[in-house]
Amino acid sequence: MKRLFNFNLPPLLSVGPAALFLTVFFIAPFAIIAVYSLMEADPFGGVRRAFSADAYIQFLFTRDWDGNLQFDLSYLNIFWRSFALAAGATVLCLAAAFPAAYYIATQPRRRRGLLLLLITVPFWANLLVRTYCWVLILRDSGLVNGWLIAFDLISTPLPLMYTDGAILVGLTYTYLPFMALPIYASLEKTDWRLIEASRDLYAGHRQTLARVVFPLARPGVIAGCIMVFIPSLGAFIAPSLLGGGRNLMIGSLIQLQFSSSRNWPFGAASALILLAFVLLLLYLWRRRSGRDGRDDGESIW
Amino acid sequence: MPGFGAWTWVFYIFLYLPLVILVVFSFNAGRSATVWSGFSLDWYARAFGNESIQRATVNSLIVAFSAMTAATVLALLAALALMRGRRFRGGTVFRVTLLAPLMIPEIVTAVATLTFFSALGMQLGLFNVFIAHTVFCIPFAYLPIAARLSNLDESLECAARDLYAGAWRAFRRVTLPLAMPGIAAGAMLAFIISLDDFVITLMVADAGSTTLPVYIFGMVRMGTSPEINAVSTALLAVTTVIIVFHYYLSNSAKNRP
Repeated sequence: MKRLFNFNLPPLLSVGPAALFLTVFFIAPFAIIAVYSLMEADPFGGVRRAFSADAYIQFLFTRDWDGNLQFDLSYLNIFWRSFALAAGATVLCLAAAFPAAYYIATQPRRRRGLLLLLITVPFWANLLVRTYCWVLILRDSGLVNGWLIAFDLISTPLPLMYTDGAILVGLTYTYLPFMALPIYASLEKTDWRLIEASRDLYAGHRQTLARVVFPLARPGVIAGCIMVFIPSLGAFIAPSLLGGGRNLMIGSLIQLQFSSSRNWPFGAASALILLAFVLLLLYLWRRRSGRDGRDDGESIW
Repeated sequence: MPGFGAWTWVFYIFLYLPLVILVVFSFNAGRSATVWSGFSLDWYARAFGNESIQRATVNSLIVAFSAMTAATVLALLAALALMRGRRFRGGTVFRVTLLAPLMIPEIVTAVATLTFFSALGMQLGLFNVFIAHTVFCIPFAYLPIAARLSNLDESLECAARDLYAGAWRAFRRVTLPLAMPGIAAGAMLAFIISLDDFVITLMVADAGSTTLPVYIFGMVRMGTSPEINAVSTALLAVTTVIIVFHYYLSNSAKNRP
């Protein structure tokens, strides 16, 4: 659109501050970890200034006592576990949120506002606190075990905490609002006569859902899946509170390298590999939503 | 669709039951975080009297207020350039960079920022935390402001210019007041995002600049207690109040363009 008047704030004044700030404190840090990932680890933390590709080699191989490289799957396994858990959480969130989002979209305006607010509050609420709630529920002396023992259904507490199941529940619970809001946003504008028409033309509920509702909701479903999958893949809080020390995910693996393991190059390399996956995913999504001719990534705000 | 209504109830119960449990047991009289033994406010008194919690709360508030202010100013200027200024080279790259902290996993940003500070030898305590928070607060401040600006009728600003208001006056007397609901909404989101941040702060903050969520994490690591429930409930209450307020603000702004 051509404008009659421009706010000719000098670009240095409008774009300048944010551009400078982000270049120094956001882009430069990524450049630095890229460099660090190619250096030697200093056992006291940080790096030695010497080139080394060990951090990347370490993903697939371990060095035995003779210095020979041996194929080692343990880090790949952590990546695989993280993908599986993130995918599981995404599927569970989708299954739980889709019917709710659909139902909310069919409600009268005022009621919709309240129902949405009830999703928005947990959307913004503290992730750590929301995960901690599940510690209260799942731990050995927690609510579930407490009740089961009180009703004499079991005598020793079930090991619910520090399992993959616990991580999965935690991820699903914390990211559920991130799935519900985008789906709702794409269903909100639905022309409900389409659904009536489909029913009129003798489509059953299931058929209407699969052939009419779901295609209408697709941009929201994809946006929701991305918004659940990406933070789940890099999750740190859920695996460290609910998974304990043994059930690692990528996020906790990275954090460990910068704290107790003191292998900064390996941590940097893991972070970059995770980042590469995420950027690839976002790129594919972007291309897709460009084809759909809409941008649902921001509609929830 | 049959069953969707009932499912929605289950959905909301699942969403709120854990929070209700947390809140209820913060009022527990006994030492257990999950076995009820009567109502009391003791744990709140204990939490508020705990010096470490007080210090962490002050740190959290200092960081949240300063990061909110810096992020909102930067975001407003950026939004004016992108929504009102001339198109410029690198505009898309600028916008993507602005929003990138939203989509990049927090742990990645966290270790990148930590490495950056360590490579520079920058150890300025809370100031480091403030810098890190400002980066990820910018997109949260930017989105409501940009949304508000794109909904505003530019003809009002054109009219002001037509009536011989200079660029600054038109901005000060027309654009800024009209953009205010967006700016307030953005500032609120930036505030709670900073207040609630855990992962990035955990990596970036040194021992003296612990914020409340980092302190809570440390407590959870040592085991559950009604004291954690009390602090968590307080934090949850602050977020909830701001979000409810923000929600009504942005809805009334939508209805009154």
